[in-house]
Amino acid sequence: MNDATTASAEHQPVIVRRTLWSTAKRELRRAPLSAWFGLIVIAIYIFAAVFAPLIAPYSETEMIGMRNEPSSLHALLGTDQLGRDFLSRLIYAARNTLGIAILTTALSFTIGAVLGLLSAVLGGWIDQLLGRSVDVLMAIPQLIFAMVLLAVVGTSLPNLVLIIAVLDSTRVYRVTRAVAMNVVVLDFVEAAKLQGEKLGWIMLREVLPNILPPLVAEFGLRFCFVFLTISSLSFFGLGIQPPTADWGSMVKENATLIISGNIAPLIPAAAIALLTVAVNFVVDWFLHKTSGLKG
Amino acid sequence: MTQASSSRAGQKGDVLLQIRGLRIEGESDEKWHEIVKGLDLTLHRGEVLGLIGESGAGKSTLGLAAMGYARPGCRISAGSIMFDGKDLAKLDEAEKRQLWGKRLAYVAQSAAASFNPAHRLIDQYSETPIWHGVMNGSEAKRNAVDLYRRLRLPNPETIGNRYPHQVSGGQLQRAMTAMSMSCRPDLIIFDEPTTALDVTTQIEVLAAIKDVVHQFNTAAIYITHDLAVVAQMADRIMVLRYGELVEEAPTRKMLSQPEQAYTKSLWAVRSLQKAEEAGPDLLLRVNSVDASYGGAVKVLENVNVFVPRGRTVAVVGESGSGKSTLARVITGLLPPQTGDIVFDGRALPPSFKSRPRDLLRRLQMIYQMPDTALNPRRRVHDIIGRALEHHLGLKGAAKDKRTIELLEMVELDQRFLDRLPSEVSGGQKQRICIARALAANPELIICDEVTSALDQIVAEGILKLLLRLQKELRVSYLYITHDLATVKAIADEIVIMHRGRVVRSGPKTQVLTPPFDSYTDLLLSSVPEMDPDWLDGVLTRRSKPAAMAPANA
Repeated sequence: MNDATTASAEHQPVIVRRTLWSTAKRELRRAPLSAWFGLIVIAIYIFAAVFAPLIAPYSETEMIGMRNEPSSLHALLGTDQLGRDFLSRLIYAARNTLGIAILTTALSFTIGAVLGLLSAVLGGWIDQLLGRSVDVLMAIPQLIFAMVLLAVVGTSLPNLVLIIAVLDSTRVYRVTRAVAMNVVVLDFVEAAKLQGEKLGWIMLREVLPNILPPLVAEFGLRFCFVFLTISSLSFFGLGIQPPTADWGSMVKENATLIISGNIAPLIPAAAIALLTVAVNFVVDWFLHKTSGLKG
Repeated sequence: MTQASSSRAGQKGDVLLQIRGLRIEGESDEKWHEIVKGLDLTLHRGEVLGLIGESGAGKSTLGLAAMGYARPGCRISAGSIMFDGKDLAKLDEAEKRQLWGKRLAYVAQSAAASFNPAHRLIDQYSETPIWHGVMNGSEAKRNAVDLYRRLRLPNPETIGNRYPHQVSGGQLQRAMTAMSMSCRPDLIIFDEPTTALDVTTQIEVLAAIKDVVHQFNTAAIYITHDLAVVAQMADRIMVLRYGELVEEAPTRKMLSQPEQAYTKSLWAVRSLQKAEEAGPDLLLRVNSVDASYGGAVKVLENVNVFVPRGRTVAVVGESGSGKSTLARVITGLLPPQTGDIVFDGRALPPSFKSRPRDLLRRLQMIYQMPDTALNPRRRVHDIIGRALEHHLGLKGAAKDKRTIELLEMVELDQRFLDRLPSEVSGGQKQRICIARALAANPELIICDEVTSALDQIVAEGILKLLLRLQKELRVSYLYITHDLATVKAIADEIVIMHRGRVVRSGPKTQVLTPPFDSYTDLLLSSVPEMDPDWLDGVLTRRSKPAAMAPANA
């Protein structure tokens, strides 16, 4: 074994391997302004989410003053309806909302992409069964369905993540199946079958890499939708439960303030909007790159 | 109207198109580089000019430039394109649109992809003359029927009412030629109009085009990579390479005394011949196989094919003859309805799913389109290495060493290891496909039209490679093709298929020696030859079948 690795190392130097990093650097240099804007905004959000305890002036739940204080040096964005620091809650909310959205989207993609690939590669009755089941799930409006299910099983974080992931995976399934259908008919998939490759290899090594660009683009969009679904569920009181901060419930809790001319409830709403715009800018750039459109 | 009739006043022999110092640049990787490097071209009224060259020679780019058009991502950077007194390189879009379709027309390679599938043929025909105000609707329809008749389409009165999918490929190509002639243009650009057609269909399209171009005294630029075809169509031939002119001469002179070495090498490709050898023992026997795709229509009917060890059997036929289906039956992708397949003395399980891995290893396949046969996201060392790992259990250094050996066997080297399929040329892709097949140490390789997507010179290289590998490795080929020149180059035995049946089979010389059955005769006589009189000769003979005997040399 040891011999084998050294001998192969002798062979390797002639091979010029392009690293992912050098490709990424080249692409970034060419990225348009909108993509840069999106990337920077996303980076700031991630920074805020990861280092929330370091940058937030107070903790998420600490009451630091009177209810609904206006902004001051003491509390930069004022306080909320319970006297907690608004800015700190905004920063901690990035952590909760983003984390849950990423987890949910990843889960829905795993379910949707695996089932979609199975459908496309195997075809036949498996395809029919999966396809029709998805049709049934999609026939019911997503948000209402999610609310009904949450009301039945109770609003806990795992339930929330699972329900949204499953409901959202129907969309992923359809996209995956549609694009994979175009790939499974190509000769190289047939060649792999004739080579005696197993189902898993064909799905993950032959087909998946070729449908990755549309899936990644879809990931960006789905991420935004999941994010908005969680926020709207929180707004209805079915999402992330207090005292955990999240942007949707922050809007709801402070909604009445808008009457007295306080802009506080608009700030978390703006945070949601800005991230959605930023993610879409990056997705647009990626789609443009991979679709081969020029000019 | 007046403009159209005045343009027709020109005499045969007047200069119609004069291109001087034309340079066209294309953009890739944010750099501009020249595709056409300073070409001159003169075309007279009523003259047919043949443009030949390999892909990438710039012939299509030049053809489009003759209409003043540059593809997206290309630009005309220098030179003039004088068409009947106007410089097309300087006209703006609106002025060119007045000429396009009316005085300059274009016939694309794939008629099927160029017609709008949602409209009837005759409506698409009428669109251009009506838009240009040359004719009104009913005139255009009468005119279409007239042209359909001249192009020898069946049922000229009613065929225009069909949709594109309701007519055959050859008919569609003729309908497109009719469409391009609707305004009686001065110049038509034919861009490989018969490349996608079978030889038996091609001959009809060629004859129709030749006829109608002469009748209307239309000048034409005929772009192709097939020398025998251009020999029939063109008065004069230009050979292009790397965007530069190699040689230009009248057709007969060009064929009989090519001057440049490159032109001579193009001419020599067709003369590749393999001496036929009888095989020692049979490796594969296909016994009275019937097959169909689910329905009642049989795609294969009582097919018998025998492949000797270490020899090549060519399966010849037009599209729809079932030759690719035969490959699917042998590989087990389509289990036969009746009949059996015996490989090396033992019956093959009908479906590939029930074949043991070792059997899959011994029987490999190479595809027609190397672009789709290689996974575009996997690098060359992954593609070949996986086959080695899977079939022979090689790993690590042994695998890497063998991968390089295989690349060298197909005349590539280790610089290709880390490339993606999109980073190599078409011929190199096909070589990688061959290396992947060889990685399994196969005994039989099924080659499905492996050279038909390639240029002649590249195809010749692949054929030579296959012959050499056969000699070294004693592998058998089942070679599926519609091209008889390829058959002569590679086969020991020939099987001719027509409508799912084997019409003729046996050793090469025996199959290619008369007397022929009627289909074999039709097929063999449809293969274009380098003789410029060939097309006229065949057509005269076919029109009076009684005088079929030794009419033409």
